[in-house]
Amino acid sequence: MMSEKVELVHNVEAINWNRIPDEKDLEVWDRLTGNFWLPEKVPLSNDVQSWATLSDEEKQLTMRVFTGLTLLDTIQGTVGAVALLPDALTPHEEAVYTNIAFMESVHAKSYSSIFSTLCSTKEIDEVFRWSRENEFLQKKANIIMDYYQGDDSLKKKVASTLLESFLFYSGFYLPMYWSSHAKLTNTADLIRLIIRDEAVHGYYIGYKYQRGLETETEERRQELKDYTFELLFELYENEVAYTHSLYDGVGLSEDVKKFLHYNANKALMNLGYEAMFPSSVTDVSPAILSALSPNADENHDFFSGSGSSYVIGKAVNTEDEDWDF
Amino acid sequence: METVLEDHRDIPASANEPVLVYFSSVSGNTHKFVDKLDAESIRLPLRTGEDTILMDRPFVLCIPTYGRPRSGGAVPPQVMKFLREPKNRALMLGVIGAGNTNFGELFCIAADKIAAKCEVPVLYKFELMGTSDDVARVNEGLKAFWTQNFQLSK
Repeated sequence: MMSEKVELVHNVEAINWNRIPDEKDLEVWDRLTGNFWLPEKVPLSNDVQSWATLSDEEKQLTMRVFTGLTLLDTIQGTVGAVALLPDALTPHEEAVYTNIAFMESVHAKSYSSIFSTLCSTKEIDEVFRWSRENEFLQKKANIIMDYYQGDDSLKKKVASTLLESFLFYSGFYLPMYWSSHAKLTNTADLIRLIIRDEAVHGYYIGYKYQRGLETETEERRQELKDYTFELLFELYENEVAYTHSLYDGVGLSEDVKKFLHYNANKALMNLGYEAMFPSSVTDVSPAILSALSPNADENHDFFSGSGSSYVIGKAVNTEDEDWDF
Repeated sequence: METVLEDHRDIPASANEPVLVYFSSVSGNTHKFVDKLDAESIRLPLRTGEDTILMDRPFVLCIPTYGRPRSGGAVPPQVMKFLREPKNRALMLGVIGAGNTNFGELFCIAADKIAAKCEVPVLYKFELMGTSDDVARVNEGLKAFWTQNFQLSK
C-alpha cells in the first residue's frame, strides 16, 4: 500500500525498564498489557440466534460497518502505529507503539471471528469487495495513509490520534445500538474491549503529541493547531457522508452524527485542544451512552438535582483497594 | 440534599469560597479542567514519595481514575496517601470524577470508590479535560453546594 518504506530505528540500545525518562510510558505499558485480550475468549457463538432475528438490511449494514472497522484497524496495525516508531524518543515509547500495533492486529482479526461465527463465506467475500469499492471508506483510508507517509512526527501523531479517537466511531455506534436493544450482546462485549483499547491509544499518542509541542515555537504550535482542525474537518465531512450512506436506510444517521461530534470533541481533548462541538449537537441518545458505559448515567450530576435518587455508599467494590484506614 | 451532610463532619463556619483538592498526572487533563473553574485549587504532589497535604478547610476532591489493572488500584496512590489522614477525610464534602466513558463500567470508578468508602456524594463526572458546559455546571454547582453546606452546618 505504501510506495516508500517506513524507516525504522537507526540504532538500537538495550531497553532498561528500571530507568524510565517518562513514567507515562510504564503506566500506559502496564495498562495496555493488563488489558490484553483475544477474541477467542468472547463467546460470540451465543449471538447466532440473535443474528437470525435481524433483517437482511440490518445484517448487511452490520457486516459493512465491521468491514470498515477492520480496514481502519488494519491501517493502524500495519502502518499507523509503526509509522510512529522512528519518532519515538525513548525505547520505552517504542515498546508502547509495538504493543499498540499488535493490539490493532488483534482487533482487525476479531472482526473476522465475528464474521466466521455469524456469516457465510460468500457473504464475507461480498462485504470485503464492498469495502474495496465504497468511495467514502476508501477516501477515509487514503486521507489517513497520506498523512502517515509525511515526515512530520507531530502531524503523524495528530492523524493517528484522530483515527484512534474519532474515525472508529461511525462504526462503533452500531454494536452499541444493538446492545441497547439486547441484540448481539456478546459481539458488543468484544467491541467494548476494542473501544477501551482505543481510548488508551488515543490518550497516549495525544499525550506524546502534547509533550512534543512543548519544545516547539509559538508559530509552529499555531501551524499544528490549524493543521489539526483542517484535518479533522476534512475527515468529518467524509464521515458525515459515510454515515448517511450506511445509516439512512435504518433511520439512525442523525444520532450517529451526534456520536461523531461527541467523539470528535474527545479526540481534540486527547490532543490538548478544547472541545469544538457544542452540547446541543453532542447529545447522543442515553441508550447508546449507557451501552457504552453503564456508569455514565444522569445520576452523576448531583448539582443539577437530577441525581435526587443518589444514595451515598451505593454498591461499589472497594475490596481490591489498599485502604488502611 | 439534606441527607447528604452528616453531623460528624468537622466543618468550620469560615471559608465561604469553594476549594478543590485535585490530583492530575503529567498528562494534565484534570489540571486543565480545574484551571478553568472559579475556585481555589490545591494540587496533590505528583510523586507518592512526597509529603501529602493537610487540609484545614472543607474541600471537594477532584480526581481521575488510574489505570493499572495488575497493580490493583483505580485510586491514584497519591490520593490514597492524602485520604489516609483522618482530618482530610473529615473535611471532604464530595468528589468530582474525571474519566472516559470508553472504559465502560470503570468510568470514574475511583470517584465512586472514594465516595462509598468515605460516605460523601459523587457531585459530578466529566471526561478528559471537560467541555465548557462541564465547567459552567461545576462552577454553578459548587457555589450552590457551598452556600447550602454552610447554612446547614450552622
